[in-house]
Formats: sequence, structure tokens, C-alpha cells
Amino acid sequence: MTNQINWEFPQALEDEAIYILRETVAQFEKPVLLFSGGKDSITLVRLAQKAFYPGKIPFSLLHVDTGHNFPETIAFRDWLVNTLGLDIIVRNVQDSIDQGKVQEETGKYASRNALQTVTLLDAIEEGKFDACIGGARRDEEKARAKERIFSVRDEFGQWNAKMQRPELFDILNGKINIGENVRVFPISNWTELDVWNYIVREKLEIPSIYFSHEREIIERDGLYWPYSSFLNTTADEVPFRQKVRFRTVGDMTCTAAVLSEADKLEDIIAEIMEAKISERGARIDDKRSEAAMEKRKQAGYF
Amino acid sequence: MEVLRIATSGSVDDGKSTLIGRLLYDTNSIPQDKMEALHAASKRKGLDFTDLSLLTDGLVAEREQGITIDVAHIYFSTPTRKYIIADTPGHIEYTRNMVTGASNAQVSLILIDARKGIVEQTHRHFFIANLLRIPYLVVCVNKMDLVDYSEARFNQIVEDFQVMLSNASFKGQEVKFIPISSLYGENVASRTGTISWYQGDTLLEYLEQVSFDHEDNQHPARFPIQSVIRPRTTEYHDFRGFAGKVASGHFNVGDEVISLPSGQKSRIKTIEQFEKQLTVARTRESVVITLEDEIDSSRGNMLVKTTDVPQQLKEVSANICWMDQQKLTNGKTYLLQHGVNRVKAKVQQIQYITDVTNHLQKADKTEMGLNDIGKVSIKTAAPIFADAYQNNPANGAFILIDEFNNTTVAVGFID
Repeated sequence: MTNQINWEFPQALEDEAIYILRETVAQFEKPVLLFSGGKDSITLVRLAQKAFYPGKIPFSLLHVDTGHNFPETIAFRDWLVNTLGLDIIVRNVQDSIDQGKVQEETGKYASRNALQTVTLLDAIEEGKFDACIGGARRDEEKARAKERIFSVRDEFGQWNAKMQRPELFDILNGKINIGENVRVFPISNWTELDVWNYIVREKLEIPSIYFSHEREIIERDGLYWPYSSFLNTTADEVPFRQKVRFRTVGDMTCTAAVLSEADKLEDIIAEIMEAKISERGARIDDKRSEAAMEKRKQAGYF
Repeated sequence: MEVLRIATSGSVDDGKSTLIGRLLYDTNSIPQDKMEALHAASKRKGLDFTDLSLLTDGLVAEREQGITIDVAHIYFSTPTRKYIIADTPGHIEYTRNMVTGASNAQVSLILIDARKGIVEQTHRHFFIANLLRIPYLVVCVNKMDLVDYSEARFNQIVEDFQVMLSNASFKGQEVKFIPISSLYGENVASRTGTISWYQGDTLLEYLEQVSFDHEDNQHPARFPIQSVIRPRTTEYHDFRGFAGKVASGHFNVGDEVISLPSGQKSRIKTIEQFEKQLTVARTRESVVITLEDEIDSSRGNMLVKTTDVPQQLKEVSANICWMDQQKLTNGKTYLLQHGVNRVKAKVQQIQYITDVTNHLQKADKTEMGLNDIGKVSIKTAAPIFADAYQNNPANGAFILIDEFNNTTVAVGFID
């Protein structure tokens, strides 16, 4: 069977996500939206705008800045926040390092991906947030495929896969004990393609690194890594210029580029339909082991 | 594009995960890197074939034991439809997760091992699919390759299943039987010709043509209010809109509505979806409704048409499925959540527990344990406005929440 492109966004997904966002605001005292600057969290911002219109979005965004972000992502974040008049809280992994709470990884695979969990948990505690809205999707990864829409985390941010609450119909139970908080995933049932079709339908702006551009890269383990001062390279890893784009927005130290000429949304979607590599296949952080994601979720990773 | 939600269920080793893997594989939904990871993982396990079930068993404990513990959601699309599969556990001790997965499904897919035929789990799964009134039931008789693709064997299983069907309380399900081999892909997404005596649809062909949403417009209009939107900005100074998702039926601008429990009446002034003004709000659409008059309504209240009002209940008789390790005992109080409305509730009496394998009802029970299904009477502290589940599922179900540890302990279906 050949996959024809279906451009039509399934409207049921938007209705479901808006319902979830409204339940979150109604059931929790202090929700916050975890914002990464990637397409999934940009989609969440749009959904929040729609859910409470003509009122304002009744919660802040929270960005955990690893310090290793693509500069384009940060520029986009600031533009979006200004344009829509949103509240944003930014917390820096560098501060957690300076406080001695986490230690910078060393070696050529060093990244701050694992470190950001500590900064995130501190920010949740500091802000007394009882619900953190995230843009995770169940199609991304097989441990995520198991997660509920309201996912209860204990005081240490841990996810207990075997003790998940049953979620029946669309009835959401957001009652929690003191110290616990909930991760809310309104776009659980969306696929990567759904998100892209939504971006097209809603005419949303996204960071420029999603589109084809020329950039310095190195080749390592069969993947194209963006060259930057954050990346520890060996002598034989010589950067070269190439036309690439990124399928996900993570840190510059753990997000691989794909060779691409796609500079329009339509071309990006066509590329995804044909792509042989899954979205998180370009996430170096997932490749550490088969259970990489599950382990990070247990540790409080969002 | 339409979304079709399917729940799969089967007993241990029926090949459920393999079937889903097969559907994904045959619809080109598995990216190359995931496929390579599968090959490698299968090899590490010492298998000489690619184990497609490793695709969906996402937890370490599941891969270790080779079983499914929790619901996994899997997605694939054809040019016609987007499919969401809830792959649910077959083990008896994870039945609550099966109910979770099945609660949103339009199609229930039951797997039967052709060698074993109908087993206890089949009864349980069918009972739940029937209790939930899932409109379509597909019975896949799997592992046909291990019974020499025997037509007689298939017919025997169909016959046995018909006996079970005749005992069902809900007779409205459309039931389809398909002989398949998920290992070899026979009759899943394509026909390899091995089962020449079967001329019917493959599983995917059947799923592609299932029609749904046909009942939505026959159900009474129900709009549970999630929140009141009052921006109080200069531009929207007097705006007061009710945000919610239409649970069932539909509402038009100009409809006369009644707000429950206050009983106040008004007419729908506008139906809004962000910057768009709609003339009608249909089932499952998230909208904001404004009314002609200022009436007393807030979260947990419900707007309904004056022509079709739900029953006001303070005493609820319902079938419930118990989902918690801690047993239910007569007289205990819980929070009952019906849609977005929560009230205190006391379970007054356990009338009987149903043996799902033979439908026998055992009375004189004083407690209900994990995975038990039975009839209870509940008294609520304030009235709820509900329909019988059999008339309108979207307004006829509830959950019970433990007041002390806040977990969801049961799901109920109102008589």
C-alpha cells in the first residue's frame, strides 16, 4: 500500500486537546505550560489560545534553557512571547550546574539533556506548579505510548508505569495528594504528521531551523550533528557546510540534522511522508539504550 | 479526516502485539530505523524472526516477560482514515487497563488462538466490549497457520462464539469473523491466498469501511460546562461564555436550553469556536456557548434542550467495574465524577457480582475486589443529571474516586 498524503487535519484531535486544556485549568490551582520552542509546544500555545478565547491564556509558559539551544529557537521564543503577550518563566541549567546540583557531562557525547530534569523539578517546586502541560505525543516513542493524558508524578517527579490510574472515556481525574503533580499531555493522540498539518491549517510560525538552510555540521555515527562550540569534537571530526534541516528541536548537542532541501511546509510534510527515519531517530539522547526514554521518565524527565 | 478508535484484546500469547505490528508493517507505518531496532532486538533475544510485538511492548517489564501490562496507543493512517489502536493487556490482573483502553473505542478487536478456541479471557473481553456497548466487534481467529488453515476449525470457533453472543445483554453489536495469521500477514492487510475458502474482507478492508458517528444525532443534546469564560477586558467587558465539549447530540443557535441544576431557561445566542461563529455545535466539538439571558451556571452544570431533559438522580443503580487493589465495601463513601461534575457518593449496596464467563449473578456479596464487575446502588449527596448508559453512553458513565488517595477506583454504567 502506498501512502498518499492526506492534508486534512482530523478536527477531533483539536476538540479533544482543547477539552483537556480546559479540564487542566479547572482542576488545578497552578498549571504551567512546558515550552521548548519546538513545534509541539508551539501547537500547545495555539490550542491554549483557542481554548480560553476571548479570555487570555490563564497560565505561564516555563522554559528550561539548557544553554545549548539553537539560537534560532531562543529568538523564536522571544518573538512568540512578545507577539502574543504571554507570560514566560525561564530557568537555566547553568544555574543548577553553578549550584553544584548537577555535573556537566564530559567526553564527545556530553549533553545537558539529562541535566535539565533537575532544573525542571526545581522550577516546578519553586513555582508550586501542580500541573505541567507538555507536548509529548504517544507516537514518538514506545514508553510514551503507555502514558496517560493526566500522568501523576510523585514528589520526585517520578512516573510509575505499573501504577497508572485508569483513564475512562474522557473523564479526567486530576485529584492529587500533596507533593504530587500531574503532567498533562493534550496532544497525546496526535502524530508528527497531525502536528504538521495543524501548523499548515493554522498558519503557525515556527523556528527557522525546521526549514532547509546551510549550516556547519560534522558526521558522527552515521548522523549529521550541528557543529557548535557546545559540541566536543575529536580531531578527525572536521566540520563542513551542508544544506540541512531539523525534524525536532532539542539541544545542539543531541539533535541530529537531516539532509534536506525542504524550505516550505508542504515540502516538509511530503518529506516526512516518505522519510525512512522516525522523528526521534534523530534524537541522539534516545539512542543510549532501548529503555532510554522509560528510564528518563522514571527520573522525572518530561 | 475521520479518526477510528480500535481496542484490541486477547489472551496471553494470542499474538495481539504481533497483529498490530503486522498492521503497521503492511501499511508502511514503521520507519526504517525502528525496523532495524526491531531486527537487532529480536536477534538479541535469540529469535530467528523479527518479533513485531517488540514494537508495542514499551516497558522494560513487558519486554522481559513477553507480555503486555499497560495500554499502549498506536497510530497509523491510510488515505481514508486515521486509526488509533489501544493495545490492551490480556492478563486477568490487568483487566482494568483493558477497560481503560476499550472505553473510547468504536471497534473492539478480539483475538482468538485458533488452536485454543474460546478461553476464559475471551468471555471476559467480550463481556466488557458488550457492557461498554462498543458498536463493532471484529473477532480475529489468529494462528490459522498452526491449524493447517482449517475451515472446519474456524467454523467451530464461530459457532462457539455465537453461543456466547446469544447470552449477551446488548444485541446491537455488529460482529465480524475473520480467519487470519498475523505472523504471515494473511487477511490482515492483504490476502496471500493461503485461506482460499475465505472470500470475505481482510481486517484492514473491514476497518476502512466501518461507518460510525451515525448515532450521534439521535442522542439527546448534552453540554457539560467546563468553565465560564469572562475576560473582563475593555473589548469583551460583558462577555460571559460557557466553555465545554458537546457530550452528545447537537445544539443550534436559537435553541431554547435549560441549565441544570438551577432549572433556569434561556436561548442560545452564539456558538463560538475561537474567532469563528458557528450556527451549530455537534457531538464532541469544543465550543463556547453564550446565552440571551444572564443565568446562574458554572462548572459541573449542564445545558440541555428543553425538549429532552435527562433524569435527575440521587439514587443511582449501575454496573461497575472495580479497578483498585483495595476492595469496595458496602457503605463506603467516594467521589463520583460524572463528566466534569463531582459529587460525594455512598455505595449503599452491592446487589450482585456477575461471573463474566457464564453471566451468573452472585448475590449476597459484601465486597467487590479488583476486576470484579457487578451491580451496585449508590446514593449521591447532590443530584446528577444523567441518561441511562444504554440510551446515551456519553452521559451515562461515571468514575468513582477514592477520597483519601485520590485514585480512580471504579467505572460505572448507569441503568
